[in-house]
Amino acid sequence: MSANISIDYITHTFKGQSEPTLKDIALRIEPGEKIALIGRSGCGKSTLLHMLAGLLKPSEGCVRIRGHQVTKPSAKWNMMFQKPSLYPWMNVRQNAELGLVFNGQKDPQKINRLMDMVGLKDKADAHVQSLSGGQQQRVALARSLATSPDLLLLDEPFSALDAFTRSSLQDEVAEITSKEQLTLVIVTHDIDEAVAMADRVLIMSANPGHIVGEMKIDLPYPRNRASASFSQQREALMNRFESLVNDHVPHSSEKNADAESGNATQAAA
Amino acid sequence: MSTPQPIVSDSLAAPEGGFDWGQLGRFMLSRLGYPIIGILVLLAIWWLGGWAIASNPDTESFADFAPAPAFARLLELLANGYVWEATTPSLIRIGLGLLWAVVIGVPIGVAIGLYASLREVTHVPFQFLRMISPLAWMPVAVLAFATWDGAIVFLIAVAAIWPVLFSTAQGVRRIDPLWFKVAKNLGADGFQMLYRIIMPAIGQDIFAGIRLAVGVAWIVLVPAEYLGVTSGLGYAINDARDTLEYNTLAAMVVVIGVIGFFLDGICVSLIKHFSWHHEG
Ligand SMILES: Nc1ncnc2c1ncn2[C@@H]1O[C@H](COP(=O)(O)OP(=O)(O)O)[C@@H](O)[C@H]1O
Ligand SMILES: [Mg+2]
Repeated sequence: MSANISIDYITHTFKGQSEPTLKDIALRIEPGEKIALIGRSGCGKSTLLHMLAGLLKPSEGCVRIRGHQVTKPSAKWNMMFQKPSLYPWMNVRQNAELGLVFNGQKDPQKINRLMDMVGLKDKADAHVQSLSGGQQQRVALARSLATSPDLLLLDEPFSALDAFTRSSLQDEVAEITSKEQLTLVIVTHDIDEAVAMADRVLIMSANPGHIVGEMKIDLPYPRNRASASFSQQREALMNRFESLVNDHVPHSSEKNADAESGNATQAAA
Repeated sequence: MSTPQPIVSDSLAAPEGGFDWGQLGRFMLSRLGYPIIGILVLLAIWWLGGWAIASNPDTESFADFAPAPAFARLLELLANGYVWEATTPSLIRIGLGLLWAVVIGVPIGVAIGLYASLREVTHVPFQFLRMISPLAWMPVAVLAFATWDGAIVFLIAVAAIWPVLFSTAQGVRRIDPLWFKVAKNLGADGFQMLYRIIMPAIGQDIFAGIRLAVGVAWIVLVPAEYLGVTSGLGYAINDARDTLEYNTLAAMVVVIGVIGFFLDGICVSLIKHFSWHHEG
């Protein structure tokens, strides 16, 4: 089962700050959707993702997953970060099964399957510090998947990897989430990553952080980065981003942006 | 202009040229040679000191301090069991003192490492208490404890607690905040966070603190054992002085140094064991 998420008018002001970091964010995410959240560094993407994960409480509004308000973290919605954050005193397998250990449901066969899925079957007993960055991120992926989450939240998870490792991991995650019918929200500042992975891209603008528009990406998986249609979508998204984020004056042009959003989605389709 | 060198590395050339004695020599020197040189220098200074004492008529009666009589006496004391008799009670006191320091210091260290407010509240009192010489607690210890042994263990614990506590707290503060976030997200409760994440993360810091604590405790032990007790290394030193057996006194000093050295070695290997900084 997957999640449908509704974000109901979230506004967030960090302690000690006068201006809100996020303002009036409202959106719905359908079960099994793959969402990319793009925006400049510092516009509040991570903050929003932390709220989806229940790791941060919004000062106003709330997040609901299948109707239930998210108030604390849960293994049902799992977050991955730019750093793999593996525990160096555990081997690969122990890292991957940590969520199961916490929930008292160790399942060695499931871990074997996951190790196979992320291509680390022969590294299960290795020291995590002996793995490459891409392999470490694969362990983190296996760890996130082990607790069978409905929702995978990724915060720029591949931005520290080299281009080849990055694109193969993007494809793998897109494939796994399709196969397991997971809902995916990936935060990125990489247009290519958004086009490679998402069905729908949300564009975020800063000061205060809010969503200024969106674009559907209607391409089959796995996506061929060399195809003409990929380049078209990429260019369309780039143009949308430029027009929405660069020209965006907070609030006054909100209506404008929404209107444009409709046009560009049509143009892209 | 230099002539081009053949592109053959030493390690490839070695089998043809036979065994690399130079390398073995350097290895032996670094592993054994330097410590032996250090020990010889120490012995030489000791010997010179002994010679100076013996040749001065005013201090002649202390001549047994010199290495030769001291080592002769040490062999006798090892053979007749006196060394073990004196060492065992001291090691028990050290062990109990350290145990208390760990049992009290580690939980407090974890707490002040985790909670900034607790750290602020305790900062002044802890820095104040830490600066008091453990030996200054002696009158308090004597009043507060029914037995001399209890008082000595207390003094050792008072000395040993600070390095354990501060090293633990520092270790907790160095934990990557993402480690907490990830564990929370995976469903860790407070207890699991403590024993699956925090404790393994700071194992090496705790033992680094214990290593410092052993150093301080071992120094405090001897003067503490000048108190009422009639056993232990400190008592043995005091007794040897009172009975003017300077060779025994010097022999016991050697024993104290050697045991301290080994205790430190044990701590170092424990730190290594609990360290997760493996490369490769
Ligand atoms: N814990 C915090 N306290 C105060 N300000 C914060 C905190 N976390 C993030 N911010 C601020 O909120 C804004 C958005 O941050 P973030 O969500 O990390 O941006 P992004 O992920 O889009 O780069 C930034 O200006 C950042 O400085
Ligand atoms: Mg971010």
